[in-house]
Amino acid sequence: MKTFLKTTVAGAAAIIIAGAAQAATLDDIKKAGVLKCGVSQGLPGFSNPDDKGSWAGIDVDYCKALAAAVLGDAGKVKYVPLSAKVRFTALQSGEVDVLSRNTTWTFTRDTNLGINFVGILYYDGQGFMVRKKLGVKSAKGLSGTAVCTNTGTTTELNVADYFKANGMKSKLVAFEHANEVVAAYDSGRCDVYTTDRSGLAAQRTKLKDPNEHMVLPEIISKEPLGPAVRQGDDQFGNIGRWVLNALIIAEELGVTSKNVDQMMSSKSAEIQRLLGVKGKYGSYIGLDAGWAARAIKAVGNYGEMYDRNVTPLGLARGVNNLWNKGGILYAPPFR
Amino acid sequence: MAEAAVTGSKPDRVAILNDPRWRSIIFQVVALVLVITIGWYLVTNTQANMEKRNIGFGLDFLSIPAGFDIIQTLIPYTSSSSYSQAFFVSLINTLLVAIVGIFFATILGFIAGVARLSSNWLIKNLAAVYVEVFRNVPLLLQIFFWYHAVLKTLPGPRQSLSMLEIFFLNNRGVYLPGPQPQGSFWIICALLVGAVITMVVWKKREDRRQELTGERRDLFGIGLGLILVLPMVAFVVIWQVAGTPLTWDIPTLRGFNFGGGIEILPELLSLVIALSVYTGAFIAENVRSGIQAVSRGQTEAAFALGIRPGPTMRLIIIPQALRVIIPPLTSQYLNLTKNSSLAVAIAYPDLVAVFMGTTLNQTGRAVEIVGITMGIYLLLSLLTSVIMNWYNARVALVER
Repeated sequence: MKTFLKTTVAGAAAIIIAGAAQAATLDDIKKAGVLKCGVSQGLPGFSNPDDKGSWAGIDVDYCKALAAAVLGDAGKVKYVPLSAKVRFTALQSGEVDVLSRNTTWTFTRDTNLGINFVGILYYDGQGFMVRKKLGVKSAKGLSGTAVCTNTGTTTELNVADYFKANGMKSKLVAFEHANEVVAAYDSGRCDVYTTDRSGLAAQRTKLKDPNEHMVLPEIISKEPLGPAVRQGDDQFGNIGRWVLNALIIAEELGVTSKNVDQMMSSKSAEIQRLLGVKGKYGSYIGLDAGWAARAIKAVGNYGEMYDRNVTPLGLARGVNNLWNKGGILYAPPFR
Repeated sequence: MAEAAVTGSKPDRVAILNDPRWRSIIFQVVALVLVITIGWYLVTNTQANMEKRNIGFGLDFLSIPAGFDIIQTLIPYTSSSSYSQAFFVSLINTLLVAIVGIFFATILGFIAGVARLSSNWLIKNLAAVYVEVFRNVPLLLQIFFWYHAVLKTLPGPRQSLSMLEIFFLNNRGVYLPGPQPQGSFWIICALLVGAVITMVVWKKREDRRQELTGERRDLFGIGLGLILVLPMVAFVVIWQVAGTPLTWDIPTLRGFNFGGGIEILPELLSLVIALSVYTGAFIAENVRSGIQAVSRGQTEAAFALGIRPGPTMRLIIIPQALRVIIPPLTSQYLNLTKNSSLAVAIAYPDLVAVFMGTTLNQTGRAVEIVGITMGIYLLLSLLTSVIMNWYNARVALVER
C-alpha cells in the first residue's frame, strides 16, 4: 500500500511539474543543447531523409540556420517527422520547438491554433497531376474523376471549393500519409493527384514512371508555406522571423556561405549590421552578435538554399525570386 | 484476530488504522480525494494552457460549414454541410463497417468453428489453418494486404471486369444495379411483411400445439409459398396490369468513372473483408470451445433416443454451447467495432478519419473532438454489450 501511495504521489507530482514547465523557448533550447524541428515524413526538396538517414531540403535548411543562430551549431537539430494531421498538436504541446514542414499560412491556423507563422519560406499554389493517357489538358475537364490527396491539409478544402465553383463533381480519397497518397495514385485508385505544385514535382520523382504523368496548368490556390512557432513567446517568434529574413537579406546583399568571412570587412553598413560587425542587434532577440553570420555560413543565403534543394526538382525560382529580380520575396530592412 | 472473532470474546480496542473497517473507509476516501484532485488539476491545467496559447474551446465549431468532401455518404452531405453533419456521415460509415463486419465475422466464425470439429480430415485441417493464419497476423497488415491485393490486381474503369454488363468490378470499386422501387412496389412489400408476421404467429401456435399434443404440422411448404411465391405472383400480376413495380439503375461508364447503381468502395470492401476474416478466426475458437464444453454424454443420450446428428447439433448441442459462446463473442464484437478505426490507414471515411482526422485538423479543436470520439466509441461498445447481455440472458439455461 505504501508503495502504491508513493507511486501515486510521484505520478501526480510528475504531471504537475510537466504542466508547469512553461519557460521561454530560447532558454529551453539552450538548456537542451538541441533544436527540435518538426519536418515532413519525406518530401524531396523540402524535408527528406537521404540514404544515410540525414535530412535535407529547404525546410531542413531553415532549421539548420535557426540552430546555427541559436546554438552556434547547425548540426544540433533533432528532426521530428510529423504527419499533416499531428503537426499542429506537436508544436502546441512542445514536442517540437519550430514547425518547418511545408505548412500553409492561413488565418485560422495563425489565430486559433496557438501557433504563429514567422514568415514565408516558399510561395506555392495547389495544382493537379494526371496520367498523360487520361487525355485531360485542363483542370476544368476533371469532372467525375477520383482525386487522391492528403488529409488534414488545405488542399482538401481547396479542391472541394474548386470543383464546386466550377460545377464539377469529384470523389476525394484522402489518405493520412503522403506516401500512401502517392502509392494509391500510382496503383490507379485515382485519376488525379492534387497537392501543392512543389509537392507534385517532388512526389512525381517517386512514381514508377514519372514521364507518364503531367501537371495541369491551373493553380487553384495560394499556398504560402512557412515556419511556425508557438504563440505567446514573442522573443522566439522574433528569432524565427529574423533568421528567415536574414537569409533573404543575405541574398539581396550578395552574402553567401563562401564569402561570409570576407564580407565581415565589407564597407556596406547594412552588411556590417547583418553580420554583427556594427551595433548590438543580436541582443535585441536574446542572441549574440554573430547569429546571422553563423546561419548564413551554415546553409548559405536563400538563393543557395533554393538552388541546392528545389531547383533539382525542376522548379524555377518564379515568384520565389527576390522582389528586384521579378519575384515577390521582400524582407524588411535590417536596421 | 480471526480466532477471537469466532469465539465471540470481545477483541481489544485497536488503533483506527489497524481496524479493517476504518482502514478500508480511510483508503477509499484518500483514493477518491486523489482521483478528484488529479482530475480537477488536469481540467484546470488544460484550460489554463489553452487560454494562454489562445486556443479556443467550445462546441460552436460544429455548426460551421465543413468545406471538404467525403467519398462515401449514406445521408445527404455536401462540402457546404456543417461539421456536425460530417460527424454523422462518418459515424454512419463506422456503423456500416461494424454491422456488416459483425455479420460476416459471425457467419465465418460459426462455420469455421464447427468445421474444426468435423470428422472430415480435410475440412478440419482447412479450418485449423484458417484460424491459425488469420489469428496470428496483425490486423493492420491484413487490411493493407486486402486493400493492395484488391487495388493492384484489378483493371482501371475503362477495362472493367463485367458480369452480364450489369455488375462491374474495377480498381475504383464494385458496381451493382440499384433497385428503384416504383409507386406500386409497396403492395409487394406489404404482402411480404404480412406473410412473415402470419408465419411467425402460426409457428408459435404450432409450437404450443406440439407441447400439448406432441403432434406437429410441417410448416415449411406453406411458409415458402406465403413468403416467396405469393409476392412473386403479385409482382408478375402488377407488372402485367399496371407496369413494372421495380426498375433497376444499371451502372454505366460516365466519363472517367462509373455512375449510377450501387457503388461499393474498395476501401470499404477491403476493410470489411479484413475485419470479418480476422475476427472470424477468433469467433471460430469461441464456437469450438463452446461446443466442446457441452458434455459428450449429451450427444450420446440424443443418439440413444434416436435423434439424427443434424437435429442433435441444432436442438441439443448449440443451445447449450451458446451459453459459453456469447460472453466471449461479445468481446469479439466490441473488438471489431473498435478495430474498424484502422480504416484511417486506407482512406475509408470513418469516424476517426473524418472527424478525428480532417475535422480536427481544420478546426484545431483537439480536446473537444478527441473527447467526443472517445465518448462515441464508449457508447457504441456499451450498446453492443447491452444487446449481447440481453441475448445472453435469453439463451441462459432455464432451470426448472
